[in-house]
Amino acid sequence: MTDTIADRAARATPVPVARRIRGLSDRAIAWVFVAPTIFLLLAVNIFPLIWTINLSFTDFKANRATRGVEYIGLRNYERILTDEDIWLTMQATAHFLFWTIFFQVLIGFTLAWLINRKFRGNDLWTTIIVLPMMLSPAVVGNFWTFLYQPQIGLFNYVVGFFSGVDPSSFEMIGSVSLAPWSIVIVDTWMWTPFVMLICLAGLRSIPDYIYEAAEIDRASKWRQFWTITVPMVLPFLMLAVLFRGIENFKMFDLVVQLTGGGPGSTTELTSINLKREAFEKWRTGYASAYAIILFVTVFGLASIYVKALNKVKER
Amino acid sequence: MTISRLLAATAVTTIALSGAAAAENLTLCWAAWDPANALVELSKDFEAQSGHTMNFEFVPWPNFADRMLNELNSGGKLCDLLIGDSQWIGGGAENGHYVKLNDFFAKEGISMDDFAPATVYAYSTWPKGEPNYYALPAMGDANAWYYRKDWFARDDIKAAFKEKTGRDLGEPKTQKELLEIAQFFQGREIDGKTVYGAAIFTERGSEGITMGVTGALYPWGFKYENTPGKYDMEGAVNSPEAVEALEFYKEFYKTATPPGYTNSYMGESLDAFKSGQVAMGMNWFAFFPGLYADPVVGGDKIGFFVNPPQNQAGSTLGGQGISVVSYSEKRDAALEYVKWFAQPEVQQKWWTLGGYSCHVAVLNDPGFKDSAPFAGDFLEAMGGVQDFWQEPAYAELLLAMQKRMHDYVVADQGTAKEALDALIEDWTEVFEDEGKL
Repeated sequence: MTDTIADRAARATPVPVARRIRGLSDRAIAWVFVAPTIFLLLAVNIFPLIWTINLSFTDFKANRATRGVEYIGLRNYERILTDEDIWLTMQATAHFLFWTIFFQVLIGFTLAWLINRKFRGNDLWTTIIVLPMMLSPAVVGNFWTFLYQPQIGLFNYVVGFFSGVDPSSFEMIGSVSLAPWSIVIVDTWMWTPFVMLICLAGLRSIPDYIYEAAEIDRASKWRQFWTITVPMVLPFLMLAVLFRGIENFKMFDLVVQLTGGGPGSTTELTSINLKREAFEKWRTGYASAYAIILFVTVFGLASIYVKALNKVKER
Repeated sequence: MTISRLLAATAVTTIALSGAAAAENLTLCWAAWDPANALVELSKDFEAQSGHTMNFEFVPWPNFADRMLNELNSGGKLCDLLIGDSQWIGGGAENGHYVKLNDFFAKEGISMDDFAPATVYAYSTWPKGEPNYYALPAMGDANAWYYRKDWFARDDIKAAFKEKTGRDLGEPKTQKELLEIAQFFQGREIDGKTVYGAAIFTERGSEGITMGVTGALYPWGFKYENTPGKYDMEGAVNSPEAVEALEFYKEFYKTATPPGYTNSYMGESLDAFKSGQVAMGMNWFAFFPGLYADPVVGGDKIGFFVNPPQNQAGSTLGGQGISVVSYSEKRDAALEYVKWFAQPEVQQKWWTLGGYSCHVAVLNDPGFKDSAPFAGDFLEAMGGVQDFWQEPAYAELLLAMQKRMHDYVVADQGTAKEALDALIEDWTEVFEDEGKL
C-alpha cells in the first residue's frame, strides 16, 4: 500500500494532539484553525463597521457619554449631503486627487522610461529619485513649509530666480489660489518615485524579443512605444493609480503639517474635515455618517476601477 | 525569642510599606511653555515637603486641547492633576472629568475670596458665576503686546513717524493707533534690514485666530449674547461694532504683518519678535518673563502694553485653573498638591519664578506693580478680560469660529458681516443640538 502525504502527516502528529483532534471532521478542524482569524476580522473590521453604521443614525457624542443617545434617522446624512462646506472639501479633495495622480503618472512614467534605458550611474539615480518616498509625510510637510516661506524659502527663491518675480511677493501656502497647488506639488514630489518604481517593474517585464520582432517588422520607435510599451505597462500604471488614489483620498498628515487645511478651508481635504468633526468637535454620530458616505464612495469607485483593471489585464 | 523577633520584623516592614504606599507618584498635565518650567521648579518644594514625587506631562499648545480632551473623554488615568484651559471648565464639570472642590476647600479652609474675582469666575466656576468650584485659579493670563522699545526711542524713527502721522511715537492708546504704528513699521528699513509691523495670531488648527480676532472684537464691545445665558446671538455677535472690529483685524493682517504670516500663533509671534522681524507682537503674558530675559531683544530693548481699548477696554482671557482629575487613583495626594499650591507663600514664589499668580496676597502687594516691567499691565489687563464660550460644547463653538474667521481674514472669502452671520448659524446649530435653543 502506498504511503500518502496524509498518512505521513498523521504519523508525524504528536500523539496527544492526534488524540485530541481525533473524532473531528476535516471541516471542523478547518474551522478550528480559521476561527481565530475570523474572530479577529469580525472584531477589528466588521463589528466597528456595523457599529459605525448604527452610530450614524444617532446624535451620539463620544465625549458626552452621560448625555444619552437619540436615534435621529437619516438626519446626519441629510445634513452632510446638503452642507455646502462639505461639498467644498469634496471639491478640494477631487482637485488634489486628480492633479496629484495626473502629475505622478506623467512624471513617474517618464522617469521610469528614462531609468529603464541603460546608462552609467543608472542605479545611483534610481536610489536618489526614490529618496523622498522614504521620508515621513509629517517631516516632508514640515520642511516644505520652510521651503515655501516667502522670505527665506528656497522654492520662492528658485521661482523668483527663473521668473524674475520678487520671491516675497507670493505665498504658496498663504494664498487661496496657490495653496491647493502647493499640496499637489509636495505630494507629487514625494510619491512620484513610487509610481516610477511600479512603471519600471512593468517596463522590465516586457520581453526584449517583442521589440526585436517589431524591429524586424520595421516598426518605428514611436509605434513600438504606443503599441508595445504602453499597453504592456498599462496594468501596472493602473495599479499605481489605484494605490495613489486610495492613499490620497485619505491624505491627512502631509497636508495638516503643510497648510493645516488653510488658508480658510481651501485645502481642507475630507479626511481632515472628518477628523475635526469626529475628534475635535466630537460629533460622533455625524462623523460616523460622514465616514460611511466616504466609505461607500471609495468602495464604489474602487470596485468600478478594479473591474476596469481586470478587463485591461485580460486583453 | 525567634518568634518575637519575627513579629517585630514583620511589624517594621508593614509600617515601612504603608509609609511607602502613602508617598505617591503624581502626574501633572499642562501645556509645554515657559510657565511649565517654572512649575517644575516650584513643585520641588512640594516633593520635599510631602514625600510625593511629581511627574509632568507637557504637551505643545497646538496639540494640547486635542491630547488632553481625548485623555479626559476616554477616562484616562494619565493625569492626576490637570491645568486645563479656562474654556474646558464647563465640559470638565458636566462630563464628570473634574472633581468638585467645594467640600475640599471648606475642609481645608481654602477661600476663593483669596483669589482675584475675575480669575475665580473664569477658571473655577461652573455654571459661570455659581459657587461650584472645579479648579483653583493657577495661572492668570491675558493677551497683550510687546514692542521694540529701542526702535520706538530712536530719533530718526520718531521723526519719521511724526512726519507721517502728526503725532509722537509711543505705546498706542487705541486699537487704531496700534494699527497706525504697525503700518508705519511695515516694510521699513531698520539697520539695513526690512522689518514689519506686528506679529498677530492667524493660526487655523487650534484656537489661534479666534484668540487674535477677539483681541479686536472685545475692545469694540463684542458680546456673545444680548442677554447672558439666553443664547440670543443675533444683533450681538454680528453687531455693527463687531463687523467693524473684524474688518479692522483683517486690515491689520493684510497691511501690517510679515509676508507668509497665514498660520501663526504664539510660537511664530515669539520667533518673529526675537529675530527682529517685527516691531510689535501679540502674545500671552505668560511669555513676557522669558522675553524680558532674552539676551537679544529683552531688557532695555523691549516694552509691554496692554491690549489697547477702542470703544472700551477689553483683553482676551488666557490662563488656567488647576483641577483634580476624577479618574485619578491618587486623588488624596492630588488634593494635597492643590492645598499646598493655594498657600500665599507658594503663590508668591510662583510669581517670582515666572508663573502668574491669581492670589490677592500677591496681586495686592504694594510692590507687585514694580516687581516686573509687565506686572502693572497684567493687573490692568485682568481688570478687563473677556473669555470665549465656556460651554461643554466649547470645542464645536471654537472650531466654527476658527473656520469662519480664517475664511474671512486670511482666505479673503465674503464680508465681515457674512462671516459673523455664518458664525451665528453655526453656533445656533450647536446650541440646538445641545438642547439649549
